[in-house]
Amino acid sequence: MIHALDPTQQALLARAIAAQRSDHDSDHDHGATFSRRDFLRSSGAAGLVLGFACLPACRALTGSAVNSPAPPVPAPFRPNAFVRVAPDSIVTIVCKHLEMGQGNTTGLATLVADELDADWSLVRTEYAPSDPKVYNNVFYGEMQITGGSTSIANSFMQMRLAGATARAMLVAAAANAWQVPAAEINTANSVLTHASGKRATYGEMAAAAGRLPVPKDVALKQPQRFTLIGKQKATPRVDSLSKCNGSAIYTIDVKLPGLLTAVAAFPPSFGARVISFDPAEAIRVPGVTDVVRVPEGVAVVGTGTWAVLKGRRALKVSWDESTSASLNSDAVLAQYRAQTQQPGAPFARPAENMPAPAPLAKTIEALYEFPFLAHAAMEPMNCVAWLHDGLLETWSGHQFTSLDHTLAARAANLPMDKVRLHTLMSGGSFGRRANFVSDYTVAAVNVAVAIKGRAPVRLQFMREDDTGAGMYRPMYVHAIKAGLDASGKLAGWQHTIVGQSIFAGTVLGSYTIKDGVDAMSVEGVFPSQYEIPQMRGDLHSPTLPVPPLWWRSVGNSHSAFVMETMMDELAAAAGKDPVAFRLALFAKGEKGERVAGVLKLVAEKGGWGAPLRSGVAQGIAVHECFGTFVAQLAEVSMPDGKVKVHRVVCAVDCGVPVNPDVIRAQMEGGVGFALSALYYGEIEIKAGRAVQRNFDRYKALRINEMPNVEVHIVASNHPPTGVGEPGVPPLAPAVANALARLGIPRVRRLPLARAGLVES
Amino acid sequence: MSITLNVNATSREFYGDPDTPLLWVIREQLGLTGTKYGCGIAQCGACTVHVDGVPLRSCSAPVAAMTGRAITTIEGLASRVAKAVQKAWVDLDVVQCGYCQSGQIMSAVALLEKMPQASDEDIDHALAGNICRCATYQRIRAAIHVASERLASKEGA
Amino acid sequence: MSVTHAWLVVIVLAGAGASLAGADPLRSPQSFSSIGDQADRSRALFVEAGRALQHPRCLNCHPAGDRPTQKEDLHPHSPLVVRGLDNKGAIALRCATCHQAANFEPSGVPGHPLWHMAPREMAWQGKSLGEICEQIKDPRRNGGKTLTQIHEHLAHDTLVGWAWAPGGHREPAPGTQAQLGALIAAWIETGTVCPTR
Repeated sequence: MIHALDPTQQALLARAIAAQRSDHDSDHDHGATFSRRDFLRSSGAAGLVLGFACLPACRALTGSAVNSPAPPVPAPFRPNAFVRVAPDSIVTIVCKHLEMGQGNTTGLATLVADELDADWSLVRTEYAPSDPKVYNNVFYGEMQITGGSTSIANSFMQMRLAGATARAMLVAAAANAWQVPAAEINTANSVLTHASGKRATYGEMAAAAGRLPVPKDVALKQPQRFTLIGKQKATPRVDSLSKCNGSAIYTIDVKLPGLLTAVAAFPPSFGARVISFDPAEAIRVPGVTDVVRVPEGVAVVGTGTWAVLKGRRALKVSWDESTSASLNSDAVLAQYRAQTQQPGAPFARPAENMPAPAPLAKTIEALYEFPFLAHAAMEPMNCVAWLHDGLLETWSGHQFTSLDHTLAARAANLPMDKVRLHTLMSGGSFGRRANFVSDYTVAAVNVAVAIKGRAPVRLQFMREDDTGAGMYRPMYVHAIKAGLDASGKLAGWQHTIVGQSIFAGTVLGSYTIKDGVDAMSVEGVFPSQYEIPQMRGDLHSPTLPVPPLWWRSVGNSHSAFVMETMMDELAAAAGKDPVAFRLALFAKGEKGERVAGVLKLVAEKGGWGAPLRSGVAQGIAVHECFGTFVAQLAEVSMPDGKVKVHRVVCAVDCGVPVNPDVIRAQMEGGVGFALSALYYGEIEIKAGRAVQRNFDRYKALRINEMPNVEVHIVASNHPPTGVGEPGVPPLAPAVANALARLGIPRVRRLPLARAGLVES
Repeated sequence: MSITLNVNATSREFYGDPDTPLLWVIREQLGLTGTKYGCGIAQCGACTVHVDGVPLRSCSAPVAAMTGRAITTIEGLASRVAKAVQKAWVDLDVVQCGYCQSGQIMSAVALLEKMPQASDEDIDHALAGNICRCATYQRIRAAIHVASERLASKEGA
Repeated sequence: MSVTHAWLVVIVLAGAGASLAGADPLRSPQSFSSIGDQADRSRALFVEAGRALQHPRCLNCHPAGDRPTQKEDLHPHSPLVVRGLDNKGAIALRCATCHQAANFEPSGVPGHPLWHMAPREMAWQGKSLGEICEQIKDPRRNGGKTLTQIHEHLAHDTLVGWAWAPGGHREPAPGTQAQLGALIAAWIETGTVCPTR
């Protein structure tokens, strides 16, 4: 995702988001709606059992879903928007980011709790409302958003300050109460003590602390005094238990009085439009209450998922596919290949005052082809929307909160302050839940509007809807010609990339696209962690009717494969060890030292170069993204002609490691996620529609294919950087490099299933 | 016409389409949302429940076929093995997004109930039907071994 | 017209009426009566029966190893499932974990009350039709069945019968189970001669 923005960019972004509010989209077509009552009235079918739920008495439900815990006892001590301390010493930490599994809830809580000296077992967490003035991602200006592996990085000082402030006020309250100097008071595990024997829990002191002014200047701990940050076992995940006993509530689980469920008939091909629809058979299905036209397609609404699924099957929709049914991804790929031979928007050029390039003794030319990838999170996209009493409330795994808020308000034709977003943990995302049209949010609101706010409604994408909806990591083609001089040193690099720009045409487009170059399309290639002489880079950004989106690690998901396999091939051509070849090439400075650091660490811990049992080879790769440096070493064999990855050793430098176990888990998970894509990931488009729509064909890695992953975390005092995405990019090239060492001809079109190297 | 179900040792009546996949009855009519929808075609395992002790993909069974059978969902796990598995899961911080974990746990519990000393290969064969997109597989495997060892040590879980 | 021609007309007309079967009916035993030599006729009958036996619907559960295969191209079943100790799957991932007593259209999963893999000794994939034939006849490899029981199994067993009503988008085996049964009966009558290949 996007890196931090400078203040000018932040202002541009805030203005762009705000501009969405005043545009009224005249394409909204809520005219054609059919409710079951209308149908029955018109058909004269009086006396039939009506399948829809009774309507609730309208009352403002400003809290969270009915099946969430009861509202907390009002806490007297709330020094800032991020922490509350209750009379029973329970500390509630408000998390401004979406928990999609990456453990940032635990991380944010750790930052507060450490400075607060809170007992971890007394820590609770909840998710922040939508308020970018308070809960913004500090790197992105006045925008509330989770992404770019920035949750901990952007919150590091902010959360620590929030916790330290609360602690200072509790101490000050105790100092007043006990008439002792504040400096003599100790805090640990939510208890204040003094050498004289005085003692109070945080809960006992909370009310008094709440009456004090909030200090502006509060000292933070020196790292050597951390009790939770960086400690191996100190902070078990706050969400483990509920996710193990079935009590965790995801968007799909939300219960509200009279809640209706909706599924939508979405366009069967990208760009298809509704011509007409006939709801007659659908509305007859018991449990179906409404069939409504929405901008996204036609929605079937009713009292349960099974009813609306049957209703959708009975629904007849006539689609205009005259312009949409011809898209074919293989044909597009062929066009992309042709485009690599054309000059594009330059993203890299040799500096003008460079000496003349050395003559090339050896060159390697390679063409890489990457498929569309679906995010395929376990919980398909969904949102609950409820229009009532002049308000709109939504419940979802909102990831791009500020844009979701803006576009939901627009869809409901309400001012922003009449829209409340309730953010829930989500069953994964990998980036899918943050997009530029807030698709699942707006669709749910459109359905709610179409049924005139009669009841809350959950719009649920079924798996096929989710996988087939687009929002894919785009297809990319890379054409490279790299050369070595006579002494075996890298001497030239020409690189053309063809693929959709994720930002083009979006609200953020003007921020991130400069001179025709979308930085996300070339990240990992340029700027590079290597000093690449004479680098020439060209980018083509074709447009397709298939909506593009990030996918975990974004541009690095393809660029690292290219760079790290090319480096291995160049090393082999130069007769040099791949690790040594890279070490000599890293750019100078702090980044160069850190990337070299993880490469050397992984080589050491992985036993690079040690004798292996026969038939096993090692491959290595290193890649920096989102400020974090990760090197991986893969041990691979090919029993029965199919790839088997036995072991992956991972070295990660993410600055101060806030929750070491979460970091390890993100590296393990990143490896598995990357391996899944390397083996199987591909969405083909034929006749304008996705061929792979469920896990039968869009296969996912399973437990029997998971390697043993060993993670080594570099001790560091650099400010923390993220770990949600950086574990992904190095895996595929490490495995590919190992396969090359097994003598397998280089595969440059992914996934490996295409080449018959894995079972398919 | 109603169908009598035995869910988590409680008798429940279901009125509705007998072809309704058991998953939706569990989640919506009975309000037990721990069992999840992930694919609807028995590929992902998120919908796994126990029927007479054996794992079943509830998205692929009609509710009508469940008469007279004992259904257990994640909310109803209570055996010594189940408690050990859930505790190992929490102790090892297995979960990430957590959406698949009800299904993973149901499969793991069924495995250890019948095969207390499950090997890595047994684990592979028992859990290959449970997809985890967060790839928590390494910890799932480790947690099953931990639970198995704890159960065998007679300290209990 | 010749006798053969007349029979061909009958076959075509019979095929047109077999609308519940696969697009291609199986030939009737009578249609082989023009083959004079009994052994040749026996072989030919089994070759015709082989069109069903070697169809993906049957082969998928008669694999060479411990994993069933799937679909029309017989790729390994995904997810990984294995035979287990009783041919009904591994502990905690039984065939019946997913496959219910009947085809279940909402999930697209095929079903039968006794869904399971054929025992190892009844592996058919990778075998020639002649080898399959020898296996079927051999009591040591056919579950101790007599010829009458073989016929009964192929003609009336409902799990075998599933191949002609597989549900979903699965292509049924050719013909009907009754047609297969008739061919097997005739093959038995003609001395159960196996194809050489």
